[in-house]
Amino acid sequence: MALVLNDEQRMLRDSARDFLTQRAPVGHLRQLRDNGSETGFSRDLWGEMTDMGWTAILVPEEYGGLDYGYSGLGLLLEECGRTLTPSPLLGTALTGVAALLRAGTPEQRAEWLPAVAAGERILSLACDETGGHRPDRVATRAEPHGNGYRLTGTKTAVIDGAAADVFIVSAAADQGLALFLVPAGANGVTVEPYPALDISVAARVTFDQVEVPASALLGSPDQGQAVLDHILDVARIGAAAELLGIAQESFGRTIEYLKERKQFGVPIGSFQALQHRAAQLHTEIELSKSVVLKALHALDEGAPDCAELASLAKAKVSTTAHRACCEAIQMHGGIGVTDDFDIGFFLKRCRILETLYGDRNFHLDRYARLRGY
Amino acid sequence: MNPMEPFRQEVREWLEANCPESMRSPYRSEADVCWGGRNFEFQSDDQRLWLERMAGRGWTAPTWPKEYGGGGLDRSQEKILKEELARIHARPPLLSFGIAMLGPALLKFGSEELKQQHLPPVVRGEIRWAQGYSEPNAGSDLANLQARCEDRGDHFILNGSKIWTSYGDLGDWMFCLVRTDFEAPKHQGISFVMFDMATPGVSTRPIRLISGKSPFTETFFEDVRVEKDQVIGELNKGWTIAKYLLTHEREMIAGSGLSHAGTAPLSKTAIDTIGLDNGILGNTPLRADIARFEIDERSLDLTIERARDEVKAGVSLGAAASMFKYYGTELNMRRQELLMAIGGSDALVWEGAESKDGQAPRQWLRSKGNSIEGGTSEIQLNIVAKHILGLPG
Repeated sequence: MALVLNDEQRMLRDSARDFLTQRAPVGHLRQLRDNGSETGFSRDLWGEMTDMGWTAILVPEEYGGLDYGYSGLGLLLEECGRTLTPSPLLGTALTGVAALLRAGTPEQRAEWLPAVAAGERILSLACDETGGHRPDRVATRAEPHGNGYRLTGTKTAVIDGAAADVFIVSAAADQGLALFLVPAGANGVTVEPYPALDISVAARVTFDQVEVPASALLGSPDQGQAVLDHILDVARIGAAAELLGIAQESFGRTIEYLKERKQFGVPIGSFQALQHRAAQLHTEIELSKSVVLKALHALDEGAPDCAELASLAKAKVSTTAHRACCEAIQMHGGIGVTDDFDIGFFLKRCRILETLYGDRNFHLDRYARLRGY
Repeated sequence: MNPMEPFRQEVREWLEANCPESMRSPYRSEADVCWGGRNFEFQSDDQRLWLERMAGRGWTAPTWPKEYGGGGLDRSQEKILKEELARIHARPPLLSFGIAMLGPALLKFGSEELKQQHLPPVVRGEIRWAQGYSEPNAGSDLANLQARCEDRGDHFILNGSKIWTSYGDLGDWMFCLVRTDFEAPKHQGISFVMFDMATPGVSTRPIRLISGKSPFTETFFEDVRVEKDQVIGELNKGWTIAKYLLTHEREMIAGSGLSHAGTAPLSKTAIDTIGLDNGILGNTPLRADIARFEIDERSLDLTIERARDEVKAGVSLGAAASMFKYYGTELNMRRQELLMAIGGSDALVWEGAESKDGQAPRQWLRSKGNSIEGGTSEIQLNIVAKHILGLPG
């Protein structure tokens, strides 16, 4: 597949950009924060995204979806990164759907996919237990109980935690790591939402002897680690796409500022000390674009090197976006660190996404392991 | 069936029949391949045969028009030819500044007579070309060049000197930037001329580098006769051609800085040299540096792939070549630094088996020129800032 967008994809991107800049620019995020949003996103806006088919993009047609693939959804996430538009797009429409596509039984798919496509259900992956991302180190236990299981443990950094209808929970079972679909309202589930630094609302979720039937098992109990790795790789590539949008927008705003802002009687963008840093950053962003595009194609093609590309994308784009946001603040000078000015919001959202599903050091290490060193 | 399949089949069969067995192994250095020219001594009959056969089909310059001796291939056919050559590990039949640099300038700006005169011998590897660009006082500020080319009626007389001429001592002809109008603003008095380096008054002196090798010369001109019909494009409009060729050169440098065809991945060299402890490289800071390098290297590879796809889709590369030149050369320099770190004291051996007679340290030292030659990294960043980002000044 050529590393360029086709006409259809360009149209999708352009219409998404129009919609987001009109309906949900950075001011929308600011408003949610100032009003103390409990979910961290607007249900009304989520409804409009649903109406446009965004929640149905990955869902196969037989379940009421558009079957349009990862590359299309990646473009939407990139655009949401540009406007910092908060929504469950990453957690539900991408990660949640990918989990069901990878490991869901026909019954599980029939139950959840049409509901997700219709924007009626929010899914959330609950796999982290410590501040550091260690998806292979799971203390949550799944004990056999009757015909099903009994789950006990605590998950942290569960995104969209306050709004989620069902959690995808990793737990250690007798055969190994297993994944379960656990409704948020099940007996013994306690959700403690907390606002994250970017105003999104995550949660600590405690499972206290939560009884689930065998039909709640996602995938076979001995394949849980492989399934989870795949789900996480999809989520990582999605996060990289959103980070790419953040990097481009914060950089674009900075370039405009360098042309406008005058000191010593000239635009500060005429200073070589700033020009060279901007040119280097431009190069890193161009590299990041290629990596995200390639990783999304790999998902669509089911390529064997998805894991390597996911770590490549997450490490590369996290580094680039972080640098873009920090340089944006430095080059804006004093107003860059004020709350009145929007540029700081980019750094905050960037920090969340670069940490989520493994930061650059995690993926540097993983990339080396995957390549045999 | 893929419409290109018959062509691929034809290429494959022809290469099978015509590429000598001894030409089907990776070359170790530039000294192992044919550069052509009047004085080139073939290292083997196979090397001569390989050049003659490929040149006979015009495949030493696959995309040049057939009327100038080229292969007349389109881009997709060229890609197939490259793939089939790579498949059998064939050495390039000819490395040539004539093909890489002079040809593109002549094809775009040259008169029919000049194309007929110069291109066919280049395709056949008969004439080796040297490039005369930089001068002692015209490096990054190339347009400041001072080599004086004065009008003497039916010919020009050239005086001055060039520096950093790649293999200047081995060149047969030179394409050269000279000043032909001494009053005009500096960009408007430059012409692009060609002359035989055997002309009286041309001399060269090798420049010994910190690597111990001398791939460049100084080139001196003392009352050198230049024929009037050997000007490419219009008189005093040479800067346009120079800029075009510089962009072209950057693309090539960026491309070659990356063509690690034949070179082992850095991590493999590290594993073979240092060994693994419990499945990972025990030196964790070095391991992280290697991983960072490999991530950046792959990112650049993918970006070059994307740029090629965009060119195919009709987007022109333009100033982006500067970005590739900058990043590609910086990356190669990082690779050489890491190879030195991996090699440890073995990489310090100048003559001896530990470093294959200084291969590692010489390549490391040679790489220090990468971010200088072909326009410094700083010049490339200036170009990106001004022409892509639109920053003022």
